[in-house]
Amino acid sequence: MGLKLDTEARRGLLLLSPTAGYALVMLAAPLVMIVTFSFWTQNYLDIDTTPTLHNYREAWSRPIYRVLMFRSLRISLIVTLATVLLAFPIAYFVSFHVRRRKALWLFLITVPFWTSYLIRVFLWKVILGFNGVLNTALLEVGLIDEPLTFILYNSNAVVLTLAHAWAPFAILPIFVALEKIDRSLLEAAEDLGDGPMRRFFRITLPLAMPGVIAATLIVLIPTMGDFITPRLVGGTEGLMIANMIQVQFSRANNAPLGAALAVSSMLIVGVISLVICLVGRKLGGRVR
Amino acid sequence: MRGASAKWLSVYAVAYMLFLYAPVVLLPLFAFNDATVVAFPLSSFTTDWFTVLWQTEALHDAVRNSLLVAVAAAVLSTVLGASAARAAARYRFPGKAPAMGFIMLPLVLPEILVAVALLVPIIQLGLSLSLWTVIAGHVLICMPFSVAILGSAFQGLDISLEEASLDLGESRRGTFRRVILPLVMPGVISSLLICFTISLDEFMIAFFLTGTDVTLPVYIWSQLRFPTKLPSIMALGTILLVLSVVLLVLAEWFRRRAARRQGLEASATGGLM
Repeated sequence: MGLKLDTEARRGLLLLSPTAGYALVMLAAPLVMIVTFSFWTQNYLDIDTTPTLHNYREAWSRPIYRVLMFRSLRISLIVTLATVLLAFPIAYFVSFHVRRRKALWLFLITVPFWTSYLIRVFLWKVILGFNGVLNTALLEVGLIDEPLTFILYNSNAVVLTLAHAWAPFAILPIFVALEKIDRSLLEAAEDLGDGPMRRFFRITLPLAMPGVIAATLIVLIPTMGDFITPRLVGGTEGLMIANMIQVQFSRANNAPLGAALAVSSMLIVGVISLVICLVGRKLGGRVR
Repeated sequence: MRGASAKWLSVYAVAYMLFLYAPVVLLPLFAFNDATVVAFPLSSFTTDWFTVLWQTEALHDAVRNSLLVAVAAAVLSTVLGASAARAAARYRFPGKAPAMGFIMLPLVLPEILVAVALLVPIIQLGLSLSLWTVIAGHVLICMPFSVAILGSAFQGLDISLEEASLDLGESRRGTFRRVILPLVMPGVISSLLICFTISLDEFMIAFFLTGTDVTLPVYIWSQLRFPTKLPSIMALGTILLVLSVVLLVLAEWFRRRAARRQGLEASATGGLM
């Protein structure tokens, strides 16, 4: 290498190498491998390593996979929108209206999320079920005559449960972005005659945009890969692509197809994330 | 106008908190409820479900496995995270940004992708699944958290302390051991606790990469299918909740102590972001 490194650079690289090495071996290599794997085919117990597009053709043309893919995308996008919209006011509240106990509020927001994820999702089943907490309460009060059935075992339940499960991951980035806003800009806007609404849309929101984008991506990408929530509260109508990936890797025993489905869904989410990033960068970041 | 919107925001905040806590408050209610079905109305108080936990052998094995995995994952990811965080905070070198970005990548990757990506080479190489494969996966997803926590600890370090120590004749190793390490120790402990908690609750990777020895979340998943097991799972959830909160309070306390030692204001979010 023609590159000449000084002592400092060499020390830094040496110190970073174990961690970077681990990430290369345990993450980069497996990701390359799963992409390669998705071009192979499963022959009962053997793997045929001739590269072919067969799995992708199957993943993109068979109706069942298409339906699952579109549904997952729809659910993930709705979840993301709901989570971010619900999270913004609370982040705004803690950043602008809580004066001394900010850390306590943030702590209280994160506490419910340190219980087992599985148990939390399961508890939503308890709340939304036919004899569940919500139905019992509504019957007791007399608001309904018979238990509501549209709230469990469908995509509504999946949306609600996921919007709950990912709440702090949306609140925290937005809060951090709001905290960074120089308060004197807001005073300046007020002094120059902007009303609260105008001020919010011209200053606060554009400056909070990096946080909103981060929150959107942090929620969108992992929800696309969740199979626990659809399995526990989604019924058959709420199943998502990750459930299919899991089935391909276990019972269906067609791991290459599962890999192709995983790679395909990640490609789709990746493209959408990129679009969100670009649009967000256009909308936010600068004060208009 | 300002007063009115502030009031509505506070009302919203309280309603939102109720939504956040709705599932969690049910846990202890059903854990101490003397009925085999997890539904209202509640009957009398009992601690039987905790006794059931005490007598379930399979659960004890799962707890032991999970503790082993969580301790190993916490130690390994903290060591790896510390070395990356120190390199990034102290030295300038080419390729730093992309390398750090790649180390932080698991934060935004769906866990199922990490899980199957690790599963494929393990199957292909003919390795057997065990607790070690789970540990390997957990280290990967815990590393970004320890880099973030320790990054702020190392960044707050005053370089002149280190230089003074070297000038006074202490070796590099001695400086690290006697000057740097004590200063970042609270950050190290905070990272250990956070990684331990994450690993203890991680399901997706453990589900794919576990062999015959299951971890606690995988055990819970297998039990959720049996209605009769549910009340004792509620009891287990209650114990886990209390345990996690204690660990988190400890982690936060250590992180603040680290910040104070370095004479910095403890920021509200530094530890979790």
